[in-house]
Amino acid sequence: MAQSIKDHDDKTLPLQGAGGLDHAALSDVFNLDEDRVDWHDETLWWIRQKRDKAVHQLPEWESLRETASQIKNNVLSDLNNYLQQFEAKATANGIKIHWAADAKEHNEIVLSLLQSKQVKQMVKSKSMLTEECHLNEFLAENGIDVIDSDLGERIVQLAKEPPSHIVLPCIHKKKEEIGELFHIHLGTPAGNADPQFLTETARQHLRETFLTRRAALTGVNFAVAETGEFVVCTNEGNADMGAHLADIHIASMGIEKIIPERKHLGVFLRLLTRSATGQPITTYSSHFSKPRPGQEMHIIIVDNGRTVQLGREDFRNSLKCIRCGACMNTCPVYRRSGGHSYHNAISGPIGSILAPNLDMEKYADLPFASTLCGSCSNVCPVKIDIHQQLYKWRQVIVKNGYATTAKKASMRLMSFTLSTPSVYHAGGKAGRWVLKHAPFAVNNKFNPWYKHRDMPEPPKESFGEWYAKNKTGK
Amino acid sequence: MSSRDKILAAVAANQPGKVDLPDINFLKGSPGNHAEKFIAILTAIGGKAIEVSSFDDIKAYIKQAAKPGDRVVSTFSEISDCAELINNYAGLPHDLQDIELAVIGAALGVAENGAVWVKGDLLSQRVVPFICQHLAVVLKKDEIVATMHDAYEKIGDEDYGFSTFIAGPSKTADIEQSLVLGAHGPRTMTVFIMNAGA
Repeated sequence: MAQSIKDHDDKTLPLQGAGGLDHAALSDVFNLDEDRVDWHDETLWWIRQKRDKAVHQLPEWESLRETASQIKNNVLSDLNNYLQQFEAKATANGIKIHWAADAKEHNEIVLSLLQSKQVKQMVKSKSMLTEECHLNEFLAENGIDVIDSDLGERIVQLAKEPPSHIVLPCIHKKKEEIGELFHIHLGTPAGNADPQFLTETARQHLRETFLTRRAALTGVNFAVAETGEFVVCTNEGNADMGAHLADIHIASMGIEKIIPERKHLGVFLRLLTRSATGQPITTYSSHFSKPRPGQEMHIIIVDNGRTVQLGREDFRNSLKCIRCGACMNTCPVYRRSGGHSYHNAISGPIGSILAPNLDMEKYADLPFASTLCGSCSNVCPVKIDIHQQLYKWRQVIVKNGYATTAKKASMRLMSFTLSTPSVYHAGGKAGRWVLKHAPFAVNNKFNPWYKHRDMPEPPKESFGEWYAKNKTGK
Repeated sequence: MSSRDKILAAVAANQPGKVDLPDINFLKGSPGNHAEKFIAILTAIGGKAIEVSSFDDIKAYIKQAAKPGDRVVSTFSEISDCAELINNYAGLPHDLQDIELAVIGAALGVAENGAVWVKGDLLSQRVVPFICQHLAVVLKKDEIVATMHDAYEKIGDEDYGFSTFIAGPSKTADIEQSLVLGAHGPRTMTVFIMNAGA
């Protein structure tokens, strides 16, 4: 499946509208294998149900969400102060702070830090920001070898694919495919697809990596302005294994990762993993304040479009996101189209409201990849109005002229039809006639509506006709 | 203008009007005995709780769990006859890679999620609770609080270089959502719950 994605050597997916595939076309590729789609759908729905079970055990869940939302609103409203406070505290703690305006500057800072230590190999734990910046490709071009240490990320790295989900990077892969990748790259016996065995193999392989890498890069889940510490959450322990063995620890964070005080971690750590996987907390929630003796610790604070999003009143609260992935697990479109169909580092509903800010033309299709059912907003632990932002992005995209030609033409036709009663009535009549007398004209592959659906039985008459008849019949 | 100044200026220009922080005091849990809940949650997430009344009980456990030749390390002088004391370990963190069992202390436990608060600064190397094959933590029964809010209240403005919440053994479900214990860190996690007065 997803042949067109797999064959990409780099992780940059094609530009939509420039000969590349958009969400609908990429979903078609994913939907070629119907059994896989069903399996993908059920797996994610199962995770959504685990989330529900965990959430229902806390009677205060809704007030926790509301509190988290208010804390994040405060953060966005006073971010300038908080960032400076964080910088001052972290610096006093012996951490070196760097600022990157965009992806390029972020990547160059990482490279220069590695070069200053003559490091050619780095181990990295999960960081969606580095996916957004395409750090791995940049470092590879500059002779630096990066190994992703999260098991799921390592798997997609071996497959030369981007993660398809922010929490579950290889959720689209069957264990047999993973067994085959391990057979090719790690020398496991052909045909062995036992998760226990494969995980043990990865453990041995990556332990060697941890012990020999002098540089480790991690993401940041929360950065506390009050104390200058940052928190990294993992289940595997890979961030800690990398950071505590390396001479230099680099942590990359977007400006929106700030929270005001340490005690606020209590709110967010209660919400994060229950929303993500239904666990009460990740196995490890590590609080880094100071480098260990002899170690260097660096934090790169990245903008890359976030300040622009902060200025968009309708969309700024997308920056409240804590990257739990609950909106993906619950989304009926994501579950049946797969993460790669979003051709962006962050997929699903949240990715679809973040991406157009970065490139409105390239991601013009994403806000339309939704039924607007609102389930994403209902599960969001920080109460982002995701489905409303999807709806608003559609309007911005069309107004700015980024809708596809076909969409523009069909909307123009629809607008003309709906505002011209004679055309509307004639169109309805013609439609009913065709469905009745020449169904083959619409029941074919050229009609996108006919895919996976039967066309309806045509009614004998329209409501307008029925009303006219019955009114005069009085 | 540096990127720092550019970013901060853009933030200042684009951030909305100031909104107050909410009061979070209402979220505190109730005081009382939370050990039962802690044990139930820890067990559910793949950990193991053992109630003990003295370090002799812990020594008996180590003697039964560790095979001859296994490297057992600890920060407790009380069990120095069956574990290597690492409080003053001055070597490289890498040389701890062959630890079979580490027995360390936890300052508090959280009943709602089975996590314990481990102060990294009390370990000679931060990597100890991650690199060992098996982890055991000693926790006083009356140091178990109800929720994370209570935990952070106890932690307060404690000054540390590194501290971590650990909840159960290292785990992954990245392969078809099949839960496997022992991803990169410890394969098992045992919490010795020390009765008050012990």
